[in-house]
Amino acid sequence: MAEEKKVAVYICKGCGIGDAIDVEKIKEAVENEYKVPVKIHDALCGSDGVNLIKNDISSEGLTAVVIAACSPRVKKEVFDFGENVFVERVNLREGVAWTHEPNDENTQMMAEDYVKMGVVKAQKAEFPEPYIEETSKDILVVGGGVTGLTAAIEIAKAGYNVYLVEKEPELGGWVRKFAKILPGKQPYRELKDASAYLEEKVKEVESNSRIKIYTSTKIKSISGQPGMFDVIVSKNGSEEQFRVGAIVVATGWKPYDASKLENLGYGKFANVITNIELEQMLKEGKLTRPSDGKPVKNVAFILCAGQRDPEHIPYCSTVCCLTSLKEALCIRELDKDANVYIFYRDMRTVGIYEEFYKRAQEDEGIFLTKGEVKGIYEDEYGDLVVEVTNTLLGEDVKVRADLVVLATGMLSSMYGLYTTKEEYPEEGEPPYKHIKPAVPKEVAFANKDKEWILNLQYRQGPELPTLRYGMPDSHYICFPYESRRTGIYAAGCVRAPMTVRDCEIDARGAALKAIQCVELVAQGKTTFPRTGDIDYPNFFLQRCTQCKRCTEECPFGALDEDEKGTPQPNPLRCRRCGICFGACPEKIISFKQYSVDMISSMLKAVSVPEGEDKPRIIVFACENDAYPAIDMAAKNGLKFNPFVRIIPVRCLGSVNVVFIADSLSRGIDGILLLGCKFGEDYQCHFIRGSELANRRMENVQETLQRLFLEPERVKLLEVEISDWPKIPEILDGFVEEIKKIGPNPYKGF
Amino acid sequence: MEADILVIGGGISGLTAAIEAAETGYSVILVEKNPYLGGRVTQLTRYFPKICPPYCGLEILIKRLQNCKNLKYITMAEVKSVSGSAGNFTVKVEKKPRFVTDACTACGACVEVCPVEMPNPFNFGMDKCKAIYFPHEMAYPPIYVIDAEACKGKECAQCVSACKYNAIDLDMKPEEITINAKAIIVATGWNPYDKSKLTNLLPDHPNVITNMMMERLASPNGPTKGKIVRPSDGKEPKTIAFVQCAGSRDENHLPFCSAVCCLASMKHALYIREQIPDAKVYIFYIDLRAYGRYEDFFQKVASDENVQFIKGKVAKIEDAGNGNLIVHAEDTSTGKKVSMEVEMVVLATGMQPSTAVQKIEGLEYDEFGFVVEKEGIIPCGVARKPADVATSNQDATGAVLKAIQVIRG
Repeated sequence: MAEEKKVAVYICKGCGIGDAIDVEKIKEAVENEYKVPVKIHDALCGSDGVNLIKNDISSEGLTAVVIAACSPRVKKEVFDFGENVFVERVNLREGVAWTHEPNDENTQMMAEDYVKMGVVKAQKAEFPEPYIEETSKDILVVGGGVTGLTAAIEIAKAGYNVYLVEKEPELGGWVRKFAKILPGKQPYRELKDASAYLEEKVKEVESNSRIKIYTSTKIKSISGQPGMFDVIVSKNGSEEQFRVGAIVVATGWKPYDASKLENLGYGKFANVITNIELEQMLKEGKLTRPSDGKPVKNVAFILCAGQRDPEHIPYCSTVCCLTSLKEALCIRELDKDANVYIFYRDMRTVGIYEEFYKRAQEDEGIFLTKGEVKGIYEDEYGDLVVEVTNTLLGEDVKVRADLVVLATGMLSSMYGLYTTKEEYPEEGEPPYKHIKPAVPKEVAFANKDKEWILNLQYRQGPELPTLRYGMPDSHYICFPYESRRTGIYAAGCVRAPMTVRDCEIDARGAALKAIQCVELVAQGKTTFPRTGDIDYPNFFLQRCTQCKRCTEECPFGALDEDEKGTPQPNPLRCRRCGICFGACPEKIISFKQYSVDMISSMLKAVSVPEGEDKPRIIVFACENDAYPAIDMAAKNGLKFNPFVRIIPVRCLGSVNVVFIADSLSRGIDGILLLGCKFGEDYQCHFIRGSELANRRMENVQETLQRLFLEPERVKLLEVEISDWPKIPEILDGFVEEIKKIGPNPYKGF
Repeated sequence: MEADILVIGGGISGLTAAIEAAETGYSVILVEKNPYLGGRVTQLTRYFPKICPPYCGLEILIKRLQNCKNLKYITMAEVKSVSGSAGNFTVKVEKKPRFVTDACTACGACVEVCPVEMPNPFNFGMDKCKAIYFPHEMAYPPIYVIDAEACKGKECAQCVSACKYNAIDLDMKPEEITINAKAIIVATGWNPYDKSKLTNLLPDHPNVITNMMMERLASPNGPTKGKIVRPSDGKEPKTIAFVQCAGSRDENHLPFCSAVCCLASMKHALYIREQIPDAKVYIFYIDLRAYGRYEDFFQKVASDENVQFIKGKVAKIEDAGNGNLIVHAEDTSTGKKVSMEVEMVVLATGMQPSTAVQKIEGLEYDEFGFVVEKEGIIPCGVARKPADVATSNQDATGAVLKAIQVIRG
């Protein structure tokens, strides 16, 4: 049992609070009920108010203060009294005074409930201790292509040790097969020799004593957690084990299988080749027709050979326009008399590479047009003829070519792998809405026991979870490096097709995230988005029934299982979202500052008057989106009903069904859950918290049936942070629905 | 003042860089010229391709920033010069007076008494705000600001009497601040290309707006509370033309491609189509640059039959006299000249690096005004090259690593 805390309450009268609420009455009620001192002040955030609190903390030895004033989202730095004082903010300004009828009985009850809930929360909160273990700050880089090499160099330059693992005998990846690479700086016109570029990088890696290189090596397994990943690698049958703190995954890409492009003549005509095959020729400096060895004088490029095509690769591979221009220039460099025809759909030389496009346009031997290939055939001389329609010339074009180059697209190296159990659920389990498997289940299952890359020893599956097209991505615009395996960051073409130059930039970012991770976990702190949080969930395993909900539902695969199905927590993998806490039917998972007891006690602090005219609704609101939306509604002078009691939660997924059942059995009339959008374009920063909360609603319906209550009493809505103009409609609409159903019959029991 | 890392610019790139650096354990000073953090993205209604609100990510960033005790930010401050070398830079900063102190509670009593109205800079002047104003709903720091030029000063001072928290100080003066830092991350971002330079596109006509103005029009905290109407008469437009590459990919203006405008216009088409069910949208383009997985987003927009993509550069826009506009272009896929009367035109103006217009002494620039990386001075986001938000954040994160290398040297 935690040490009893010494709590005091401070109520602010400023910003209209004192005009709308009888704060003296609240003081009296709270002092009577909880026997804690309550002080009232005109403006708590001013130096006078802050000093009052500070003095009390030192003279009275307070360990928790309840600040009943403005929203917890503002003045945070003012009400920070150090690590040893728990601060609970009660939102009387935005939450009550600005949004409700002043000096009204219902407004007063609302304010009083909120202050009481704050007191209870402060009393129940405990001080967390960080999870400190001896951790490693070394970093594993998987993949020795440009991305992996760059990541290794950049990490080593920052003073960290690197293990670089490459499955091929040589470092360098795809670039080793290329003749030239794109320019990386102004004026973006001159190509760079690929071997020179690569040799420089490889030399830098090889000469850096902080980098340990493993070639012809595969990863046999990775177990543990950030700061303590145990990696077993195998090379020519022998194994080696080492420990790292974080991982950069730079496993790159694989080309689309051109044999599927028979419609473009591949496999049918010897002189139809892929851009990869062309690179080989360019590197050798010999352009001859595969069919007869005759010199190549006319080359036709077909762009989007499979890309932007739902039958092949639905997305755009980003780099093919640029690499085709590059290859065209290489051809022209090799043979001044050669002609190159490039047929594209849209010329996607994005951003600064417009300059490079201009360079190609200026070349008189390069002929560029939009167009769609109608057909490819061989004429009687063995030359290829490409028929193109919808060109910019207003007529169909026929081009005779010695060589037709298909600019085929790029697939993530994770494409087609069995990555997570949730991507391909077992029979009878519903798939997750945010996942669109990249390949059919049969294909993934066929690969289930082979070709894994990371071989994570995680309960939820052996690889980074992937989203659409097999890319291990967070799908966040704002936070592009967040993967769903803490401490593991993807970079380069494994996560999106990109140029060599962009791979370098991307490698730096993932490298920084890996470094940041090892530094944070060494202090027992979590990573994004609750960065720095040291509180982690405790499992009271004696009461665990091995239902496996927590181990299945954790979006970050933080929990493993023993053979009986008992969860095996890995605190350093944990992101502190509380989804396990929300999942547990036995209520055995709790944080020090977010516990079942705490939330239940807060709910009990809500007054439940009898009768029809004072319904009580509990609103659980996502603290990142729904809750700020309510604040912004307040700032804009919008009003809503005083019957709701809003409780911010770290994620809707952290709402335990027990809270709902308990509230309803106490006579609460309705429960509203406001969380983020889910499905493919999900906005939940814990990936599937709101989706899981929605799924749990099915269990809630059972509870309601058992209690003989109407299912409409519990509702989940998706609310965005910018939905603030709709807040009154949402909250008042729900109260109207509840009023129609009538009061909860358990009221008064 | 002193810090390991100075970040110039508090937009999405700068904020990301500053927070990532602070969370990794380094001391950071972030300098922002606006009265609030967040930069350009605060003016966006939604991001492509998820059509999610930028405030959502910003809320997380601000929460993280509040938890970084080793991160200090200075708003309304501009970096004037940088001198020294990697490991030891001296930076001169000019901080403009805000005239409102940290004691501000954002209660809003001042706004009610302020007698001065001015064009609202946040909404590109499409509506008015008071001389003392709260820049936008999620402005951080959440304190008011007084516009030095619009405010009548001490002769008025009604706000001073209205403020119960003594938060207004009309005597505040500009300050010169010197910052010593070991490394500098430049995240100075971009400005929308000045549409008045696009003289063939009738830039002064009220119904010829820019893509950034469209963002404000569609926003719940915009001048029309999110209702898309044309500025001349408040009418709901039923036909809207988008002019892509308005200033971009053009030797006379911005020679480069701005990387985001195609996708931004597609997003705007969604805004319009959601609000105005019978509206028709025409997008005139040179190449549709929905690169990578953004192709899915393009396909989603293209599946709407009321959104038409026309390959062709707009040559000229004329006033039709009734508030409408006539767009002249050549449809290059048919070779035919197109003249079309529409009720509103959106110019997809490009991104010009801020440093093309306002240079910081001591930094190196390329011919377009983008900042060139050198040891200890690392550009990121649009200070380096035109980029979308995700790419800018990637770049910003990586920039921190380069800065750390200097510090750990």
